[in-house]
Amino acid sequence: MPLSQKHLLGIKNITADDINLIFQTADNFKEVINRPIKKVPSLRDITIANVFFENSTRTRLSFELAEKRLSADVINFSASSSSVKKGETLLDTVNNILAMKVDMIVVRHASPGAPHFLARHVDANIINAGDGTHEHPTQALLDTFSIRERLGEVAGKKVAIIGDIMHSRVAISDIFALQKLGAEVMVCGPITLLPKHIEALGVKVELDVQKALEWCDVANVLRIQLERQQIKYFPSLREYSLYYGINKNRLDNLKKEITIMHPGPINRGVEINSDVADSDHAIILDQVENGVAIRMAILYLLANSAS
Amino acid sequence: MQKRLILNAELLSITVDRLCQQLIENHSDFSNTVILGLQPRGVHFSDLLVDHLKKLIKKDIPYGYLDTTFYRDDFRRRDTPSSANATNIDFIIEEKEVILVDDVLFTGRSVRAALDAMMAYGRPNKVELMVLINRKYTRDLPISPDYIGKDVNTIETQKVLVEIGEGKKNKVWLVNEEE
Repeated sequence: MPLSQKHLLGIKNITADDINLIFQTADNFKEVINRPIKKVPSLRDITIANVFFENSTRTRLSFELAEKRLSADVINFSASSSSVKKGETLLDTVNNILAMKVDMIVVRHASPGAPHFLARHVDANIINAGDGTHEHPTQALLDTFSIRERLGEVAGKKVAIIGDIMHSRVAISDIFALQKLGAEVMVCGPITLLPKHIEALGVKVELDVQKALEWCDVANVLRIQLERQQIKYFPSLREYSLYYGINKNRLDNLKKEITIMHPGPINRGVEINSDVADSDHAIILDQVENGVAIRMAILYLLANSAS
Repeated sequence: MQKRLILNAELLSITVDRLCQQLIENHSDFSNTVILGLQPRGVHFSDLLVDHLKKLIKKDIPYGYLDTTFYRDDFRRRDTPSSANATNIDFIIEEKEVILVDDVLFTGRSVRAALDAMMAYGRPNKVELMVLINRKYTRDLPISPDYIGKDVNTIETQKVLVEIGEGKKNKVWLVNEEE
């Protein structure tokens, strides 16, 4: 069974069957990346360009590693050291890359919809590695894959997404992925960092972080995205940490054990304290490991859909 | 669709016994030997074989499943992606004698992929190939089995149907596809 889409632009337009197929394939790749020789030749005839107009550490390394583990040829492009500075448009940049016979484009861009725009205008498979505050589908897939791995399944689980929901593309993609797989979702944060009408997506809204922690099986803690905030949404980081930071004290007051996730990069002492981030409850580094397997699965399945 | 029975349950168990005896002749105490069944269909036959072999030699042999999906040369040349199966090998095959086991040898492409896939687990001293059914005159690659359950002369439009495994009746059929 192939994927229903030629591109991975967002979780919104893929099906639960697609997600399950990606998970099953990722299970096999997770076994591959734990072998003595962590490489398979599946994509040896494919060339992939990683086109990053925004900064990234994890996502870009993870994609590059996934591509290399599948034996694809990889080229990397980052806007800061390119002709974009000289005034070239997005479409021209990508068409120039494609003229060098590239089959797939992994793109990260500050403008929401940039990958969708490319998918309409170019022939290659497009994978969205984050578009502004819109979607970050591979992160949502690795998040839900990690929940499935830790708790056995996603359906019926309660997941609270805590922090800067307004500026987070991870939050939106996570909400879509979790709901498609049958989980209940709650968002929690200061009222200024919750988008208006977010409840229209079918999520619960909670302002009190302790209540959110008591409700959930999994807490996905998000970073405060200061770089996207043009105005002040809360008085100070210290105050945010006091009211919304996840620390050991808060978890000790719960009657149950919950799983803590974080998509990175972590701001220790702000949204999460070290005594939680480094504890057994946290699966933050498992998420990173699973990211490579999930991205291998997506590249493998999309490469196949191109034939 | 016409079917012809080429192995019934009784003949199959005689064949499995003979193949085990041949392995014992060549590998004596199996101290340096590992067996790999090829996913997805070869493992039903290899389960049967390894079960019988363990009873004969009264000891355990390192045995695993090898999946070749990610090593196939027809990736992106088919309409649907081949879905992967579990590889389950909890030992290293470095300097071991490996016996690859599959149910049917047809073009030889699966075995070529298996040779590649196997190398991710080390460099074996020697690799042998055992197949239950050897389809003659259909090879695309220069691959020939060391142990053969049964040779069958077939043409390309025919299929070999192996019914081994849980709930199956341990029979092998030659099927003529309607033109």
